[in-house]
Amino acid sequence: MSILVDQNTRLLCQGMTGWAGTYHTNRMIQYGTKVVAGVTPGKGGKSHLDVPIFDSVAEAVRTTGANASAVFVPPDRAAGAMIEAIEAEMPLVVAVTERVPVLDMIRVREALAGSRTRLVGPNSQGVLAPGVCQVGVMATDRAYRGTIGVVSRSASLTSEVISQLTAAGLGQSETIGIGGDPVHGMSFVDCLKLFFADPHTEVVVLIGEIGGTEEQQAADYIRGADAKKPVVALVVGKHAPPRRRMGHAGALVQDAPADAASKIAALRDAGAVIAPSPHLVGVTTRDLVARRAA
Amino acid sequence: MQVLECDAKKLLSRHAIASPPGIVAATPEEAEAAATRLGREPVFVKAQIGAGDRMSAGGIRAAHSAAEAKVAARALLGRKLVTSQTSPDGLVVDKVLVERGIAAKREFYLAVSIDPSSATVMITAADNGEVGVEQRAAKQSAGLERLLVHTKGERGPGEIAEFCGRFSLPADAAESLGELIMRLHRAFIELDAGLIEINPLALTDAGEWVAIDAKLAIDDNAMFRHPDLAELGRDAETDYVELHAQRHQINFVQMAGDIGAVVNGAGLGLATLDMIRAAGGTPANFMDIRTTARSLDIAQGVNLVLDNPRTKVVLVNVFGGGMQPCDTIIEGLGIAYRRRRRMLPVVLRVTGNNEDLARLRLANFNLPSTECPDMWQAVTRAVAIAQGRA
Repeated sequence: MSILVDQNTRLLCQGMTGWAGTYHTNRMIQYGTKVVAGVTPGKGGKSHLDVPIFDSVAEAVRTTGANASAVFVPPDRAAGAMIEAIEAEMPLVVAVTERVPVLDMIRVREALAGSRTRLVGPNSQGVLAPGVCQVGVMATDRAYRGTIGVVSRSASLTSEVISQLTAAGLGQSETIGIGGDPVHGMSFVDCLKLFFADPHTEVVVLIGEIGGTEEQQAADYIRGADAKKPVVALVVGKHAPPRRRMGHAGALVQDAPADAASKIAALRDAGAVIAPSPHLVGVTTRDLVARRAA
Repeated sequence: MQVLECDAKKLLSRHAIASPPGIVAATPEEAEAAATRLGREPVFVKAQIGAGDRMSAGGIRAAHSAAEAKVAARALLGRKLVTSQTSPDGLVVDKVLVERGIAAKREFYLAVSIDPSSATVMITAADNGEVGVEQRAAKQSAGLERLLVHTKGERGPGEIAEFCGRFSLPADAAESLGELIMRLHRAFIELDAGLIEINPLALTDAGEWVAIDAKLAIDDNAMFRHPDLAELGRDAETDYVELHAQRHQINFVQMAGDIGAVVNGAGLGLATLDMIRAAGGTPANFMDIRTTARSLDIAQGVNLVLDNPRTKVVLVNVFGGGMQPCDTIIEGLGIAYRRRRRMLPVVLRVTGNNEDLARLRLANFNLPSTECPDMWQAVTRAVAIAQGRA
């Protein structure tokens, strides 16, 4: 049993018939994910990759019992797709779409408030329970089952960290990409809560970056949590030029708390172990696990 | 996308937000004529570039006569202006805004932006008191007041009135400030802005609110809703290099060092900069190849790195993902090198999806390259080459 996705996940893909949707749905099916439905308005009644297509999320849920959705819908319609899934009371929505307008995400967050849905993303590589279930577009070949939870704002850096963990002999319980946008769904804190409560996770690796204050909120949560687990943290962007947007829409230093040094200090003060460099996350985690075992 | 000050003021004027009388000039003679037409002195001659912090970089000059305005314009036009917010190469000033100086009894800082943690639109304001028209500078505002405005409208005018009441303004000025904030909020939503900043916002002796400066950034991700604004972006564009990269699905930021970075993903890109600095080197650029870039796009990105005369070595740090395998990136690298004479050394760390195929492709291109097994070794090797130690 995992925290967001597992063998009981019945996945619906919104925007499955587009090229990105087709390519990644096929990858997820190959990985072993149970894809039970696709939604593309106007294509209901057809099938694609041997998966039935529906016109609406509500209809797909009624017919197939889908309990998670992956959103591959282009940016101009992505917010509408997320809101449709929220209104259909989908328990988990993973939005992969990049470049969703920020005001659209404010509407999505308003729909999310008080709903039954957990939203991951947008601009997320997705959620992976190694060997069990892939919901998203991430590289999967280095990941294997274990007890390290990984939560991050960045896709390729997560692949790098997973590769380091695996090389250090540490498998992963689940990896979650919360996305690189300033306004998004689940936060670091939301994911830490789930990992701290998960009996299969021993250590959490948190990968942060410049922009916003989510790392500080994570630090506050770690400090106050009753049943906490060890956290290894990496924050990148120490040497990013100020006031320039560094790739991710959310990676922008506007003022002091958004810079890397402030975030590292907050996480260290809260008891997290700071990886001294991006290439040392695997060994830092291995040393921490070894100290705990001793 | 940040638009020029003159365009920001024009767009905000449609929402009844006033700014000083001003005329755009592209030559010193036009600036002189503009100052004459504006009449009253002093006037300010303001470089129009798509980046902030112009004041401390000498991009805003006071002139006490039309002749002085001409001199000021000559000093700015056609020259590159480097501010703390431009790339190290700066931006060329193509036009200046000649604007009448406005005397104010009080000045405010006022901004509309997004508060990520609450996912709401946020109003920020500060009372900067009385500032002389000549002493006006980009000084840090103290005592910032914040208000979160929910778009669904369960909060509204009452809350804005309470907000304006925090500044001990005369009743009529507080009321008109509230109206201004509501218009600014509407402008923010209609323009899909990421930031509107008015600094300073002057309260004149006549009791009017006037935007002395205006910064407007439109959400790049919402440009599909605003085809009419695309031209303003081209005008202000920041930087030919960064704009060109954007067109090819690459986020690129020019920096002052000598190690060119070719990296996929924003997080890995930032990590690469940090490692270069930790190893004692200096990055020539930040690069984030988006997953939507094809090999020809990537070749364009590599060209930008090779075009930079400061670059001494190219560091490729790639983790091939589900959408963008390693061989696509090596293909782009090879295409870029095949077309040029300048053969800068390449240090590679390539891993992930299709890495073996990428090595086969690399062998065919016959590049002056060294491959390293992990990213730290690649970084230290690139630093050694840049410093003439390898």
